[in-house]
Amino acid sequence: MKASVLTGQHYISGDVACAEGALAAGCRFFAGYPITPATEIAEHVAKRLPEVGGTFIQMEDEIAAMAAVLGASWAGKKSMTATSGPGFSLMMENIGLGICTETPCVVVNVQRTGPSTGLPTMGAQGDMMQARWGAHGHYEIIALAPSSPQEMFYLTITAFNLSETYRLPVLIMSDEIVGHMSERVTIPPFKEISTSSRPRPKGRKDRFKLYKPGPNGVAPMPSVGEGFRIHVTGLTHDEKGYPVLTAETQEEMMARITGKIRKNLGDIIQTEGYRLDDAEVVLISYGVSARTSLAAVDLARKHGVKAGLLRLITIWPFPEDPIRRLAERVKGFMTVEINMGQIHLEVQRCVGRKTPAVLVGHPGGAIISPDHVYEALKEAF
Amino acid sequence: MTEKRSKAKERSGHPLDDLLREDRIPHIWCPGCGIGTAFSSCLKAIRSSGVEPKNVVMVSGIGCSGRAAGYVNLDSFHTTHGRAIPFATGLKLANPVLHVIVFSGDGDLFAIGGNHLIHAARRNVDMTVICVNNFNYGMTGGQVAATTPKSARTTTTPFGNPETPFSLPHIAYASGATYVARWTILHTREIAKSVEEALLKKGFSFIEVLSPCPVNYGRRNRESSLETLKIYQDKTIIKNGAHPSSVDIDPEKGIILGKFIDVDRPTCKEMYDKICRSE
Ligand code: SF4
Repeated sequence: MKASVLTGQHYISGDVACAEGALAAGCRFFAGYPITPATEIAEHVAKRLPEVGGTFIQMEDEIAAMAAVLGASWAGKKSMTATSGPGFSLMMENIGLGICTETPCVVVNVQRTGPSTGLPTMGAQGDMMQARWGAHGHYEIIALAPSSPQEMFYLTITAFNLSETYRLPVLIMSDEIVGHMSERVTIPPFKEISTSSRPRPKGRKDRFKLYKPGPNGVAPMPSVGEGFRIHVTGLTHDEKGYPVLTAETQEEMMARITGKIRKNLGDIIQTEGYRLDDAEVVLISYGVSARTSLAAVDLARKHGVKAGLLRLITIWPFPEDPIRRLAERVKGFMTVEINMGQIHLEVQRCVGRKTPAVLVGHPGGAIISPDHVYEALKEAF
Repeated sequence: MTEKRSKAKERSGHPLDDLLREDRIPHIWCPGCGIGTAFSSCLKAIRSSGVEPKNVVMVSGIGCSGRAAGYVNLDSFHTTHGRAIPFATGLKLANPVLHVIVFSGDGDLFAIGGNHLIHAARRNVDMTVICVNNFNYGMTGGQVAATTPKSARTTTTPFGNPETPFSLPHIAYASGATYVARWTILHTREIAKSVEEALLKKGFSFIEVLSPCPVNYGRRNRESSLETLKIYQDKTIIKNGAHPSSVDIDPEKGIILGKFIDVDRPTCKEMYDKICRSE
């Protein structure tokens, strides 16, 4: 067997960094289906997983890939898949099953331009609301947005840790540009990588209740074959996991699957500030757009405009508090994203009416250049 | 285990109680439905196979037959419509020790899930697929299925079915299944024997079980449950080893039953280990 953590300096793409991050996090099962611009993740793990005792399988479609990932997770393996827009749409029903059955796994969406087949080889950030609400019904989800290959590595580990800790599918909302760009990626020694595993059941097997929450609201999870005789269903179920088709059980189940996220926002949400201390105008961005926004902040500062950047690393649950706090003291906000205004809706909601918030959007197929952002900034404020 | 089993036996006297989630009974199946019979034959096979129940897992999709996973007292999964097989593929590949049974219906496995079935058979994933074929979508009130006979009436073929049905054993065979059988719910011993053989066999096994749905299919096609059983008795011909391309369901010429295919071929995992882990 080869090492699962390739400690050292590498010059690799975001997609490959994501794959290595998964292995470092302990991922040992990947089911996928080829799709630009996420294919390189599958190609890399196809080679690497058998080297570290894991399993790769290319399924017949993305629906099957997502189903296999859930099955493998219940067999006790940290599992993942990677896709882009069209495949993400196909995965949605089983992502919903993962949410309802509280199944840890990671789903990477290297976003390309839509709708439909769109611009398959060109980046966009158009699936951000689909990440939030793409499966049917109401739920909470965790989605992270890496801005660089290095972050593709680290956030994939974070995604696995969150999925294991909170027992749900965690989404990595990358984009074609970050997925395909190559940069230096530092992989730390094995010992320095902290990984989490799902809470494990203790006590008598015959009294075990599959969804009885622990102290942080998350229930311990056994694996198939351990003798717990669990029943797992996508129907509304009680703490034992049995279907109980009543409004009361629905209420209890929803309280559990939304509560475990809502009660742990502090542990889940990550943002990063850049030149925010004295900022009067704040750019809010994520993924590749946060990189161009960062350059725009420097450009604006050079011209005497007190700009700053709040980079959203966690997209869902939405970082409401940091934005609300900034809204109390700054003159205006500008959301920068490669869509026609998705996260901007959330920004507007948090900012309220007192402070202006404008959008610098883009329909997809190109990045938003720092000059463009700076011009828009000058015009708006 | 044995002690627990005999205790269960003492309590209610039925040897399969230990494999049933008694706290989930009564089940939802209608009077006269055949699914329960197929299900209990399957439980018998699990027991007689000698496989440790801890290592047996049942996966179902959606539909009347899809509720089976909810009644079996094993690790069990009631998944999304059509996706039991890929879910089971993930389970099996991630933990090869497991004996994976997919118990579901014809609509689930051959219409919405048809793509997964042919690919799991092609890959020869080691699992046992039991397909209860009741010729229509029972759960949703009796719509046309990929198995509905020509001219048969369903709620979505009010003038009779203009389409041609699939022959399920033929598809399973053509896709690469290493074990293929067809029985009716009258053939409980044969079902149990086939399921046991399939469980103990390495490879993709497919067992079709013809079953009455008196409430929907039967009612619209003037066939009571008893009449369906009569057809199963009078019009079936057991032809073990018959070529799957010749096993149509034709009440005029006869309904061919039997164990059609039982061959060996390396499984998905065996090939993966051999080719991908060779270095
Ligand atoms: S609807 Fe038909 S298949 Fe479903 S439980 Fe009733 S009789 Fe059985």
